[in-house]
Amino acid sequence: MDEKDRILLQLLEENCRTPLSELAVLAEMSEEDARDRIGRLEAAGAIRRYGAVVDWERAGDGNVAAVIELKVSPERDFGYDRIAERIARFPQVRSLRLMTGAYDLQLLVAGPSMHEIARFVAEQIAPMDRIRETATHIIMKTYKENGTVFAEREEVERLPYSF
Amino acid sequence: MRDFVSARARAIPPSGIRRFFDIAQTMEDVISLGVGEPDFVTPWCVCEASIYSIEQGSTAYTSNKGTPQLRGAISRYLDTRFNTRYDPEAEIIVTCGVSEAADIAIRAVTDPGDEVLVAEPCYVSYTPCVSLAGGTPVTVPCRAEDEFRLTADALAERITQKTKVLIANFPNNPTGGVMQEADWRAIADLLVDHDLLLISDEVYAELTYDGDHFSPATIPELRDRTITLNGFSKAFAMTGWRIGYLCAPPEIAAAALKIHQYVALCAPVMGQIAAYEALRIGEAEKDGMVREYRLRRNLFVDGLNKLGLACHVPRGAFYAFPSVESTGMSDTEFAEALLREQHVAVVPGSVLGSSGVGHVRCAYAVSRDDLKEALSRMGVFLDR
Repeated sequence: MDEKDRILLQLLEENCRTPLSELAVLAEMSEEDARDRIGRLEAAGAIRRYGAVVDWERAGDGNVAAVIELKVSPERDFGYDRIAERIARFPQVRSLRLMTGAYDLQLLVAGPSMHEIARFVAEQIAPMDRIRETATHIIMKTYKENGTVFAEREEVERLPYSF
Repeated sequence: MRDFVSARARAIPPSGIRRFFDIAQTMEDVISLGVGEPDFVTPWCVCEASIYSIEQGSTAYTSNKGTPQLRGAISRYLDTRFNTRYDPEAEIIVTCGVSEAADIAIRAVTDPGDEVLVAEPCYVSYTPCVSLAGGTPVTVPCRAEDEFRLTADALAERITQKTKVLIANFPNNPTGGVMQEADWRAIADLLVDHDLLLISDEVYAELTYDGDHFSPATIPELRDRTITLNGFSKAFAMTGWRIGYLCAPPEIAAAALKIHQYVALCAPVMGQIAAYEALRIGEAEKDGMVREYRLRRNLFVDGLNKLGLACHVPRGAFYAFPSVESTGMSDTEFAEALLREQHVAVVPGSVLGSSGVGHVRCAYAVSRDDLKEALSRMGVFLDR
């Protein structure tokens, strides 16, 4: 990956619907070059998928989300990978990370209600082998997601002209 | 009652843009490409440090020339970034923005009768500052065919027995022109031959997109005949903090300091603390802003040329300076009609010096979405 690839990735991460012609102008390259580079980045898995940052609350969908911490006993030869692989298969699990510190795995789980999430944790996650402890934290409000601030700030007035 | 306004103050021409200001004030949806200031807010790490210092009670005067911490940081920054070495004790003065630095630099070296060369088009304050100091401003044109660089030929034509100083600003407001090492070497010979001083305003130095900024004070023969001006407004999005600085050989710095201490006492302490933090931890955010300006430049200059407004690629600052000659309108007519009809604000080049005639200054320090909207409105305007 070179500097030009990095620029393309940043532009796509910011808005994946930017037309190819515009990407090419911004990154100072031909459209063919931009298309080739993006193809290569997709093939190499640097671009995992294209999506939108959705403020579900604003969209009128009262989805509930929770951060769940798990303490897990690692397996000989596999560490945390096999258990993590199993947990990741649940569609309710939006993200899953191995952490340093007081617990091991961190899940972001979303569901239609608090009740649903509690049931998912109690029935699907907690009983799994090697899960020693769970702690569920309900998300009360999201201020920033993937670099995007959700709260609207008042714009500061700028002068129309200055030298 | 007699007229108390001094002849010098009266002689300063009124701002060529006042009328545009008034028109823009009546509109709701103006896209302003008329502002020479970043649209970014100062990096939060910088604001946070300044807020904390206020909470700790840092609200007093500082040393006239600025806090030792900030001067030390500026000295190290200039050395690592631009290869210029200045002693923080004797050669650096922190000022209320580069505007004040330019004023005290000019006053420290200008006597009545001295001719001061000003490379044009340029920021509007140099010429009146020279006049207020009793000097005679003489403009030197930088032309589109030279990518708005200052050429030795143009300079040589204007040098007389009375010439003492050259003021130049590269990367340039309003053209985006830059000077490479070879360009400065040609100028350096003339400055030395005619025993002239250079005031180099480098406030846009960080906003150099193709290659590195070249600071003329790095040329050994120019080191002791150059006053380097720089500041935090553009690079770190800190216009409202009012922190600039002047670097000069000790005798000139001492003269400028006398003026500074009587007119400003010191630069605001909150701004100085913020500026120190900007140098300490603001580099990554600065680099991010510079990358964004470059993207905007690419987008906007490409759009202008597609509209038929010929525009050289500005290699620095955040201004595009297209020619509007193809429209058959003067730059003032173009700017006024564009504002009235399409609510897009640009600055007519003639306001920024006679060599800016036929061009308009468009600051691309606005979001890419706004730039696209401005281009589309300009397209409608040109098709009418």
